[in-house]
Order: sequence, then C-alpha cells, then structure tokens
Amino acid sequence: MTTETAGPLEASDSGPSSTGSRTTMILGIVTLLALGVLVLFGLILSPADENQGDAVRIMYVHVPSATLSYVGCFMTTIGSAVYLWRKSQWWDLVAYASAEVAALFTAFTLVTGMLWGRPTWGVFWVWDARLTSEAMLMLLLLGYLAVRGIAADYQVRAKRAAIVGLLLVPNVFIVRQSVQWWRTLHQKPTLTLAGAHIQGLMLFSLFTGFVAITLVFIWMVIHRFRVAWLEEQVNAEGLDVAIAERRAEGVVS
Amino acid sequence: MLHDAWLIARKDLKLEIRSRVALNQVVPFALLVLVLFAFALDPDRGLLEKATPGLYWIAVLFSGLLAMQRSFAVEAADGVTDALRLSGLAPAGIYLGKTLSVAVQLLVLEVLLGVGVAVLYGTSITGWLLLIATIVVATAGISTAGTLFGVVAAGLRVRETLLPLLLLPVLAPVLIGSTRAFEAALSGTPSEGWPWVGLMSVFAAVYVVAGIFGFGPLMEES
Repeated sequence: MTTETAGPLEASDSGPSSTGSRTTMILGIVTLLALGVLVLFGLILSPADENQGDAVRIMYVHVPSATLSYVGCFMTTIGSAVYLWRKSQWWDLVAYASAEVAALFTAFTLVTGMLWGRPTWGVFWVWDARLTSEAMLMLLLLGYLAVRGIAADYQVRAKRAAIVGLLLVPNVFIVRQSVQWWRTLHQKPTLTLAGAHIQGLMLFSLFTGFVAITLVFIWMVIHRFRVAWLEEQVNAEGLDVAIAERRAEGVVS
Repeated sequence: MLHDAWLIARKDLKLEIRSRVALNQVVPFALLVLVLFAFALDPDRGLLEKATPGLYWIAVLFSGLLAMQRSFAVEAADGVTDALRLSGLAPAGIYLGKTLSVAVQLLVLEVLLGVGVAVLYGTSITGWLLLIATIVVATAGISTAGTLFGVVAAGLRVRETLLPLLLLPVLAPVLIGSTRAFEAALSGTPSEGWPWVGLMSVFAAVYVVAGIFGFGPLMEES
C-alpha cells in the first residue's frame, strides 16, 4: 500500500504499511513469554498473603494495569499537544491508540479491583479515593473516545479530539485531587494496603507483573496505532477513488 | 480581545432577553428539578434539607447544561458560525464573551434556585461570604469548561448527547467542591469550605487558559 498522505498532512508523515513487522513479532513472543513467567510466579511460586489469602495474586496484574492506564493518559495528552502544534497525523493517532488501550486497561483495573475487593473488603465497591478517581478516569476516556467516534471529517474529528485529549491529564489531576479531599476531609483515610509489607517472592511477582503488563501495553498500542493509521489511509484513498469514479461518470461518450 | 468579548457577551445576552428561552424554559426546568427531588426524597424525613447543597448544585449543572447547549445552538442556524468566523473578532474574545454570557445566565439561575431551596426545602442560609465566593468560582468553572466543551460538541449531529458525556465528568471537581463548600457554610464551619474555593479557582484558571488558546484552532475548521 502506498503511504500517500491526504490533505494538508506533512510530507514527512510516514507510517506503517501493515499491522505486523518483524520487530513486533519478536516483541509479541517476548510478551507471551513474560506472561508465562508471570503466571508461573503469580499463581504458582509466590505464596498466599497472610491477610488477603490468594486474592493477593490479583494485585500482580491489577497494580501494573492501573499504572499503565495513567501512562496511556499521558501519552494521549502528549500526542494531542504535538498534533495541535505540528498537525501531524502520526501523533494524533498515537493519542487515539493510547486512549483506547488506556480505556481497556482502566476497565481491566476496575474489574480486577472489584474481584479483589469482594473477598478482601466484602464488597465490590467502596467510595475510596483511588477507586473513584479510576472510575472518573474511565469516564473521561470514554468522553475522549466518543469524540473520536463522531461522524465528521478527519480534520474536524482530530482537532476536537485533540483539545479534549490535551485537557485529559489536567482533568485527571484535578479530579484526583478533589476526590482525595472529598474522601479524606470528612473521614479517616480509607482502606489502603499500607502496612502490608511485600517482599521476597511476592515483590518479585509484582515486578514480573509490571514487566509483562507493560509489554502487553506497548504491543497493543503499537498494533492499535497501525490499524488506525491504515484505516485513515483506506479512508483517504477511498475518497480519491470515489471522486475519480464520479469524474468518470461525467465523461459522456 | 476584551472588547470582542464584550460584543459577543452583549449579543448573546440580548438574544436571550429577547427570545426569552432561558426565562421561559430553562428557569422552569430548574424549578421542576427541585420539585422532582422533593418527590424522589420524601420531604417529611428531613432528607431534603440535609442534601440541599448536593441537590442545589445538581440542579444548577443540569439546567446549566441546557443554557450551554443553547449558547451554541443559536450559532448553528443559518451559518452564523461562518459569519462569526468572518467577523474578524479574536477567537479568544469570542470564547470569553460566550463564557461571560453563560456565566451571567448561570448566576441568575443560581439566585433563583437559591431562593427555591430556601423556600421549598426550608434550608436556613448562613455563611454568606463563603456561599457567594463558592457561587462565583463555581460559576466561573462551569462556564469556562462548559463553553470550551460546548464548542467541541457544536455543530455535530450528536451534540446533545456528547456535551453531557464530555462535560459532566470534567465538572466533577466543581460539583464536589461547591457541594462541600456549601455544606461547610450551611453547617457553620466555613473554614472547611475555603480550600474548595481555592481548588475551584485553579480549575477555572486552567479552563480560561485552555479556552483562550484552544478556541482558535476549533474555530478555524470547516
């Protein structure tokens, strides 16, 4: 496929021509291996926690995915800022891909958190500062993705999404701050993991979790980006083809 | 820029005064919300009075959404957006003007709703200074963010559903802050409320800056 750029895009914009490449295939294999190691350490080798029992094993995927949901937000804001500055489609789609993967990781964090909360706290949900901010993060990301999904020209969609994406990190900061005050001004700091010292094999399992989940995150963002890129290329090309067809119709033989 | 803002604000407010849509539809809607809360939470149990700050600000947000939708709906008809773009007014000025006109409408709404909760929910009002400061910064926050996201959603077929989805999570800090500050004022412990006023001021400042710089690119597009 040609990497012909559409409209006012910079000529330097060049992107992938397929969703796979040698490098990402190796990355994928490494990711699978890392996940295998995580399963080994997280589910088999590491011991159960004294207080939390086997539920602690959820933490090995929960904590890394929560961290990466925030990383994804940062990438969206950076991508949006660079798009507004340089008008480069590449960065716009980086923002898009990161936001979508971040939304997935946020959802995963919320679900694993609830599954952990039920046996540990006895309830699926408490109005704890961290839980609430993660839920708000999900809603902010859904808002961004809703703007991405609007039926409009690429330029219109990208520009509006970029404004929303640019404000994503400031919003996350202010929301986190307000939620923290909201929960701590009137009551004691709620349930935390403080005091639960983790060391030895458990610490190593958490570390493995970070490595494996980060690799999954990178792999997903790269592939989501490539799909988005190719999608835009097809759209741009499809428009050219349609215009050519209409022109051809006009020629009366 | 400030002169442009003044022109736009005056235009929008004149439009509202003449069309009376805000007066005939948005204000009654706000009062309706107050009555609906009374239906939902039995007035005899004292819940309404206890929940007044939260209910008040929810009513402000929901009826404010209508005012903000309208602020851009009036531009959508008859290609007024293009005329606005051609007018040569600074985008930042247009943004500030729209924000100002939304803020004025919100203030009127808030005063009326304040009278409404005092009368209907029997809330006794104390801590005037904090209440007024809260209203000022919360209104600034809602109108600055609302105008910016309003133009993000403007002109789209899905704007009515998109704006609440974009705006309400963003306004969560304002809702939390204004509710807590009102609670502090009404319960006679205003010192607890002032940090929230500070937080909402930061929020409004962030959005004023974002709006001034972000409005230009948004206005340029086709």
